[in-house]
Amino acid sequence: MSDLAINTSKPVPLGTTTWDRLKVNRNWVSFWFMLPAAAFLILFLAYPLGLGVWLSFTDARIGRSGIFIGLENYEWLWDDSTFWLSVFNTLLYTIVASAVKFAVGLYLALLLNENLPFKALLRAVVLIPFIVPTVLSAIAFWWIYDAQFSIISWSLRHLGLISGNIDFLGDMWNARWSVIFANIWRGVPFVAITLLAGLQTVSPSLYEAATIDGASRLQIFRHITYPMLTPIIAVVMTFSVLFTFTDFQLIWVLTRGGPVNATQLMATLSYQRAILSGQLGEGAAISTAMIPFLLAAILISWFGLQRRKWQQGESND
Amino acid sequence: MTEALVPKLASSKAVLTGTAPDHSEGMSYLQTLPQRLLTIYLPLAIILMVLLFPFYWMALTAIKPDEQLLDLDRFSPFWTWNPTFKHIHKLLFETAYPRWLWNTMYVAISATVLSIAASVLAAYAIVRLRYRGAQWIGGAIFLAYLVPPSILFIPLSSVVFTYGLFDSPMALILTYPTILIPFSTWLLMGYFKTIPFELEECALIDGASRWQILTKIVLPLAVPGLISAFIFCFTLCWNEFIYALTFLSSTQNKTVPVAIVNEFVDGDIYRWGSLMAGALVGSLPLVILYAFFVEHYVSAMTGAVKE
Repeated sequence: MSDLAINTSKPVPLGTTTWDRLKVNRNWVSFWFMLPAAAFLILFLAYPLGLGVWLSFTDARIGRSGIFIGLENYEWLWDDSTFWLSVFNTLLYTIVASAVKFAVGLYLALLLNENLPFKALLRAVVLIPFIVPTVLSAIAFWWIYDAQFSIISWSLRHLGLISGNIDFLGDMWNARWSVIFANIWRGVPFVAITLLAGLQTVSPSLYEAATIDGASRLQIFRHITYPMLTPIIAVVMTFSVLFTFTDFQLIWVLTRGGPVNATQLMATLSYQRAILSGQLGEGAAISTAMIPFLLAAILISWFGLQRRKWQQGESND
Repeated sequence: MTEALVPKLASSKAVLTGTAPDHSEGMSYLQTLPQRLLTIYLPLAIILMVLLFPFYWMALTAIKPDEQLLDLDRFSPFWTWNPTFKHIHKLLFETAYPRWLWNTMYVAISATVLSIAASVLAAYAIVRLRYRGAQWIGGAIFLAYLVPPSILFIPLSSVVFTYGLFDSPMALILTYPTILIPFSTWLLMGYFKTIPFELEECALIDGASRWQILTKIVLPLAVPGLISAFIFCFTLCWNEFIYALTFLSSTQNKTVPVAIVNEFVDGDIYRWGSLMAGALVGSLPLVILYAFFVEHYVSAMTGAVKE
């Protein structure tokens, strides 16, 4: 493939203009090809990312560019119990939701990998929660979690399991579990379908050989399926963890961080502080505080990826 | 890394259609039917019911008459014998809902088209022009995919304000590509790698320019990839919430997700019908699109995840 690259950088014949040279020179052509994407990513991604870190060191408000105040925003946050509560909530939300998403998603992927009737249809249907915009499905959950008319409370009451309605979003811990459940509900299809794609690359001869050797289903899973899947698991779970950690929509629709900040995540807190109260600097400090966690997640996935090469017998490139 | 990707991409496309060699029946005879019922069909049925129930509930609430909505004791809550289109009618003719749908559609299509045009050029340059540092740029683009909107919206809001884009659809059309370009570039890079480069060599010898090669050879061969990227980007735009919530303020400019959350939530105890109708109508375009392009959607999703 690299021969192609060499071919194009042929010496330019004499008597050509600079313009001709620009059209042929590989690096210049590439420059023009990269320009639109680079412009978008620099103007609206790299620059704001840097600006966000800068804002966190200023006392900027909406409509007023702030002055540099050093670490004052961070010192302020350090003593702010609401901030620490939001860190706790975010970690709880991310860890519990990701763990359950992984377990249920893997289980669902294994089930779907079986020989089933209407296979294609089943798989298509499973993905629907992932297709529908989060806000719209969150609104359905809001109605399902309604304090008075919740269908869950009604069903449990009629089954005789509870006597009064459950206050899903009004009680601190109920609210936490409710939003975590809604997040899991939305995330499972993604995990399941991507892991299913991984499962289908596992050679069936491995399973056959193991069965002949008398391995139990659990042993087959532990010693064949799981090791073969680890690389994909690493990537899928990184995405899942990243997007759960920075989740905003679901919380905003269901609880807006309430009751008493019980479901306040770092993303929702930064929105409240920066946009609703106008303290851009403080909000930016909260978002900047999320970056170390994200970097940790990315690094873990990086090392997960490193393992894949020897596992699949590829050479390191 | 490059060569290993080709079969993976191909296999990811086959996940849904079942065109991948199906090995599972090979050993399923080892289990009896009751065993399979208990270990496969029952758990599968339970999971599917949980996954689909919110949609059933959403659709049912949208067509239930008000008095049945809140009276759970006199009417069975799980079914209705007299469906009404009152809520949907109210939604479409008494609110600005059509306008919001149009806004969402307009923003989603514009941002998707812009992003895909930019991504095609970038992906082609990274994969085929292989300029100095192309691999690093490829890696940087993957990292850009991992930057979540929740940490960008605060500085972006001040950028949007400075450029005078606040409360205009352009604010969204220009910021959504930051989510879409990394993803679709990554996806298209995978597709472009599968196109034999001998074709391009022939064209180069025949004197075609890079632009001609891209438009006449590479793009026609990458149509499935383009469709995948388009569908996935469109869904992402439709789903986006935090930018739309932050950058738009006037009612007539809002997108469906923001408008539903902000405009429909009043103290009315009977609001549930129209709220659910709004959620249902807002989801339908995506579900219909998805129904037609399931395979493309799944290949986009798995293709992007599989490195």
